[in-house]
Amino acid sequence: MSVAENQATAERGGTRAVAVLSSIGRFLVIAVTTYLGLLAVTFFIGRVIPIDPVLAVLGDRAPANVVERTRREMGLDLPLIEQFYIYVKNALNGDFGTSVLTTNPVMTDIRRAFPATIELATLGTLIGSVIGVPLGVLAAVRRGSLIDQIVRIIGLIGYSVPIFWLGLLGLVLFYAKLQWVAFPARLDVVYEYTFTPITGFYLLDAAMQGQWDVFYDAFRHIILPASLLGYFSLAYISRMTRSFMLNELSQEYIVAARAKGLSERRIVWAHALRNAAVPMVTVIALSYAGLLEGSVLTETVFSWPGIGLYITNSLQNADMNAVLGGTIVIGSVFIAINLFSDLLYRVLDPRTKVE
Amino acid sequence: MSGKTLLEVEDLRINFPTRIGQVQAVRGVSFSLGRERLGIVGESGSGKSQTGRAIMGLTPPQAEVTAKTLAFDGIDLLAAPPRERRALRGKRIAMILQDPKYSLDPVMSIGRQIVETLRTHERVSKAEARDRALAMLEAVQIRDPARVFDLHPHEVSGGMGQRAMIAMMLIAGPEMMIADEPTSALDVTVQLDVLGILDRLVSERGMGLIFISHDLRLVSSFCDRVIVMYAGKVVEQLKASELRDAQHPYTRGLLNCMPRIGFERHPLPVLDRKPEWAA
Repeated sequence: MSVAENQATAERGGTRAVAVLSSIGRFLVIAVTTYLGLLAVTFFIGRVIPIDPVLAVLGDRAPANVVERTRREMGLDLPLIEQFYIYVKNALNGDFGTSVLTTNPVMTDIRRAFPATIELATLGTLIGSVIGVPLGVLAAVRRGSLIDQIVRIIGLIGYSVPIFWLGLLGLVLFYAKLQWVAFPARLDVVYEYTFTPITGFYLLDAAMQGQWDVFYDAFRHIILPASLLGYFSLAYISRMTRSFMLNELSQEYIVAARAKGLSERRIVWAHALRNAAVPMVTVIALSYAGLLEGSVLTETVFSWPGIGLYITNSLQNADMNAVLGGTIVIGSVFIAINLFSDLLYRVLDPRTKVE
Repeated sequence: MSGKTLLEVEDLRINFPTRIGQVQAVRGVSFSLGRERLGIVGESGSGKSQTGRAIMGLTPPQAEVTAKTLAFDGIDLLAAPPRERRALRGKRIAMILQDPKYSLDPVMSIGRQIVETLRTHERVSKAEARDRALAMLEAVQIRDPARVFDLHPHEVSGGMGQRAMIAMMLIAGPEMMIADEPTSALDVTVQLDVLGILDRLVSERGMGLIFISHDLRLVSSFCDRVIVMYAGKVVEQLKASELRDAQHPYTRGLLNCMPRIGFERHPLPVLDRKPEWAA
């Protein structure tokens, strides 16, 4: 290779690197802007709702001078913009104040509650995707057949039946009658003292520590609520997969693939589904994000100490720090998942590649 | 007609059952094809594309295809099991579609799509398949095959995409090719290039070609014989060189619409459709 060619290659590599960097930069700018917007909204909500934070802390019998002092200590006498600055600074450090209800720092509470929700949501989404995508594909390929009807009915039930009702029904059947699954909680009481969680994801923790009896117990507890959430995301995912697949199967490149003599199986799974996978990423990511917000009803029915339950309890007790902190954490996860699905989009669809 | 007959079509009919009754897209089309270039012209909805798809076995599942004879190289296509028809597709009968923008898989590289055809029909190693795909890309006059091999369809121009399409369909060495409006989506300047490549490959390999188009002039200059279809029927069949002497009023009407340099064509004559043509 000559010097000139070397230089040309290096230059091309250079512009490539700049392009990648600038797209990462754009990503970061979007993330940061959205995050600031989120903080602004939560801050604003915290200021306009008719709950006096001082009152929440002191109760309504505190003498006026104490109230005044506490107000100053909490920084509520400062100009609004300065309050916002402090709020943002604290939030970026993971400091959302103290929960009035539990007297813990909000972040500590969230660190305990959120993994429970993540574990449940992840398992639910896994179940929903692993079963829902193939079901949707089959329904699209055999349009109008029995399997298509079945997928339609599954979807209909998933859309229209309230989740807590199915949850209670599941408990009656699988816990009370058949005793296949464990009672509503994350773990049996026996294990509460022998098992120390590390990450907060019990299945993972138990497996890492080789405590297979704990793993089995955690599994027996999580499987019913996870299946339930899985069912609801399955209903959604299979319907969306079906419609994306029908769209792809009617494209000209499918005719071309048939004209090449490819097998139906290859046409469906390697061509049509590969194309349908691009929009499916967004669907699955949004459904996952939805579950991560914490399904309050499921968590209530199954006594699952997740973020949904935590925020609801805090809300009922006017514990604004906890509510806003939880909202910010969920919002951040939402932003992260969206960015991640954007990134995956770029990997899956060459048309969106960085130029 | 030169050489033995490749394709024999007699009384081909294609019906689409709909809620308001039968729609007869093709109504008794007969022709035969040797190792020659046969043009099928007609307006939109005349059944020319459906005829091509019926030969490929690619009509939609709800379509009812019947024929006295539909035979390729002695194989009764309508009686052949799906597996045998699939083995014919791409291997012995190939088809080029209209617009490479839609007929190439957008998320698969061009090279892989060409290799895919080859490896469906022949047991060849990956390395050999790649070499043959590169050679095929060169045969359709793509200058930098190694680079184009790794590109995705959206990264190439229409003309380049259609060449890749031709490469993809010719790599397994078919004896017959159906080209369904292969240049209609291309720029006029590129059309001639692509046609030239198609022409050369078809004659080099001694293939039979069915060229479906609505462009009468293009077909007459490119093909040996021309079939004119109207409302699902063949209204006229003649040698391309004798197109000027066409008898049927529909063909004459089409010819009259063609502008000629030096002659005013205002107003453009409108086809006077007679119901008895479709009878």
